[in-house]
Amino acid sequence: MTRTGNRPMQAYLDNSATTRPCEAAIEAMERCMREGFYNPSSVYAPAVEAFRQEREARENLLKPIHSAGCDLIFTSGGTEANNLAVLGAVTRMRGHQTVAVSAVEHPSVLAAFDRLHELGHDVRTIGVDIHGQPDWTALEKALEDGASLVSMMQVNNETGALLDAEKLSRLVDGRALIHVDGVQGYLRVPFDMKRADLYSFSGHKLHGPKGIGALVVKKGVKLNPRQVGGGQENGLRSGTENTPGIAGLNAAALELQGLWPDLPGRLMAKKLRFIEAVRRVVPEVVVHGPAPEDAAPHIVNLGFPHVRGEVMLHALEAEGVYVSTGSACSSKKLKVSSVLTAMGIPPQNAEWAVRFSLSPHTTDEELDYAAGKLGMCYDLLKRFQRR
Amino acid sequence: MRHVLLVRYGEVFLKGANRPHFLKVLNDNVKKAVKPLGGHVWMSDSRIYVSDFDDLDACIDRVTKVFGVYSVSPAVELNKDFEEIAAACVEMMKPYSGTFKVQGKRSDKKFPMNSMEIAMEIGGRVLESNPNLKVDVHTPEHRLMVEIRDMAYICVQEIKAVGGMPMGTGGKGALLLSGGIDSPVAGYQLMKRGVKLCAIHFQSPPYTGELARDKVMQLAKKLAYYSNGMRVYMVPFTKCQLEIHEKCPEELGTLITRRFMMRIAERLARDFGALALITGESLGQVASQTMEAITCTDAVVEMPVFRPLIGLDKTEIMDIAVKIDTYDTSILPYEDCCTVFTPRHPVTKPKLETMPKVEEKLDVEALVNEAVEGTEVIII
Repeated sequence: MTRTGNRPMQAYLDNSATTRPCEAAIEAMERCMREGFYNPSSVYAPAVEAFRQEREARENLLKPIHSAGCDLIFTSGGTEANNLAVLGAVTRMRGHQTVAVSAVEHPSVLAAFDRLHELGHDVRTIGVDIHGQPDWTALEKALEDGASLVSMMQVNNETGALLDAEKLSRLVDGRALIHVDGVQGYLRVPFDMKRADLYSFSGHKLHGPKGIGALVVKKGVKLNPRQVGGGQENGLRSGTENTPGIAGLNAAALELQGLWPDLPGRLMAKKLRFIEAVRRVVPEVVVHGPAPEDAAPHIVNLGFPHVRGEVMLHALEAEGVYVSTGSACSSKKLKVSSVLTAMGIPPQNAEWAVRFSLSPHTTDEELDYAAGKLGMCYDLLKRFQRR
Repeated sequence: MRHVLLVRYGEVFLKGANRPHFLKVLNDNVKKAVKPLGGHVWMSDSRIYVSDFDDLDACIDRVTKVFGVYSVSPAVELNKDFEEIAAACVEMMKPYSGTFKVQGKRSDKKFPMNSMEIAMEIGGRVLESNPNLKVDVHTPEHRLMVEIRDMAYICVQEIKAVGGMPMGTGGKGALLLSGGIDSPVAGYQLMKRGVKLCAIHFQSPPYTGELARDKVMQLAKKLAYYSNGMRVYMVPFTKCQLEIHEKCPEELGTLITRRFMMRIAERLARDFGALALITGESLGQVASQTMEAITCTDAVVEMPVFRPLIGLDKTEIMDIAVKIDTYDTSILPYEDCCTVFTPRHPVTKPKLETMPKVEEKLDVEALVNEAVEGTEVIII
């Protein structure tokens, strides 16, 4: 988003919340709705064509994560994919299970584990250090106690902390199923399905549409469906396929695939440049989580001392800069991000957190504009501290 | 035969020479309320009637929320033919069981039977046709009314309405609407007494966001349902708050802030033609709601300040909020301007004499002017 005509300058730096659908995705969806609207389960030629396109999309989407021999189940998005992975896998196993999950997962994973806990399973929550790295010793203990499923996210949505998937897979060494939530990672950070049994991602985080996502399942991994009916998606997710969503997701993914292998490096360069620019205008700024160069290339969580993240967010909003806070506020009681506190960041500092998330389409102009506005807003706001 | 809604009014009855004026306003308000449903409204024999509506339930919902209406009854309008009336009564009583009584009323004295005869004869027919009913003339569960006027009307169900006085007969008032639980209830209480309201909200970007503003608009819309629209003033308040925060002692922050709100509200109230300010304060609920604090806030305005919740407990206020359907919106967790710079230890017994000294450092007039001039007016 840049200046066009008389429109005021904007900088959209909340790409981890959602992204603007790309033209290719919009066109593919429109074509699908206008021309290819047939039910892929029907048997006449145009329907078979719809089926063929869906199969092609599946193959394309599996490619970037080296997942030959894996199945891909289309879902309504990341949440459903995560639910299906966690609840589908454990309810399929016989009897009482021990399962492990990191403390900083997305709510769609944590809530699924809460459900497992209610069902009587032994849920081990694995803590993380100040860099967002899991407590490997605690994980090893859970595995020794017979853990049968481990769930860890590829890229943390609030801090950009990266999972060492190779280390995880070596440590687990076939003793448990590994689920990786790749919603913030797919096509922005490399991943190899050799390191996991289940992998979820979502369309609207990669310039595709909302309402579509997928769970990649390694051959031989058994799941119980969460939704039953006509038996689509190998019986794991019944319901007529969201063909426009699939077409849009596929088009968006193809576009991003075209930017590889340079994409992570380019994103990282943009991010580091942005952080530099912010440091120049706000020398006090702190980075929450891993060092920026060790984190995902598109997410950084910054703290602006003594200015609440929510206030900074609204001040930036007035300047056309759109970001998120690491924390959700309530009017009477301040609730700070559970991710940041789990990482050992004091609640007081967690209150200052603002998350910036980039996309391959983020321009240098946007980033410079945002950094400039940050400096301006910070100078103003730091004068008025809550006592 | 046609279905009508019979509308009874309460306290308006007690008026003397002013009664025609109150009734005209009430009649107009009922008309406005049923307008979206295409209903026809007329007044006759100290009742209001609504006919020709598309949706009876929607009509009841709207009319029972018109202040000044005491109760409504879905009724059937018939020709003054006894056989026709009796048959309709039998039909109307079919779904009922338990005890009942027929109450006859005849204002058309040309009708051949008197009230007692009507009641006895119809009571007999209903009893014959419905074995689940018994007569109880003292404490019946169901009261079947048969009224012979210019037409005949029968009804059995009576639905209580909000009561109060017709909107507009109580003058105009300006409500300070914060987004919390109390202020919408305070507004409702005054609307019930016939006061036409505008709402004044203080917003403090970037300390408050779009969600907080949206929440206030939702609350204003809920109140506006009772008054067929409302004017909302959105006051930019950040500058006042920052100046107070910077230049005044922390423990007096909330109080000085309240004094600014009252000054600005009075100016906007005059613009609206209001004669009073209305707030949701309840004595002792928070530091700024003690007698001493209220003395300090009232001192900056000439208008009377109405505080209809002053003697209510929080739970009583919450009950009304649930009843008027503002509670769920009020508890949405968005920061409002009151919570931004809350002092750690606010003064509970401030002294009025100290206020001018404390405010000396502020250019009160300029700050108030700037806020009033920057105010956005939204009509809903």
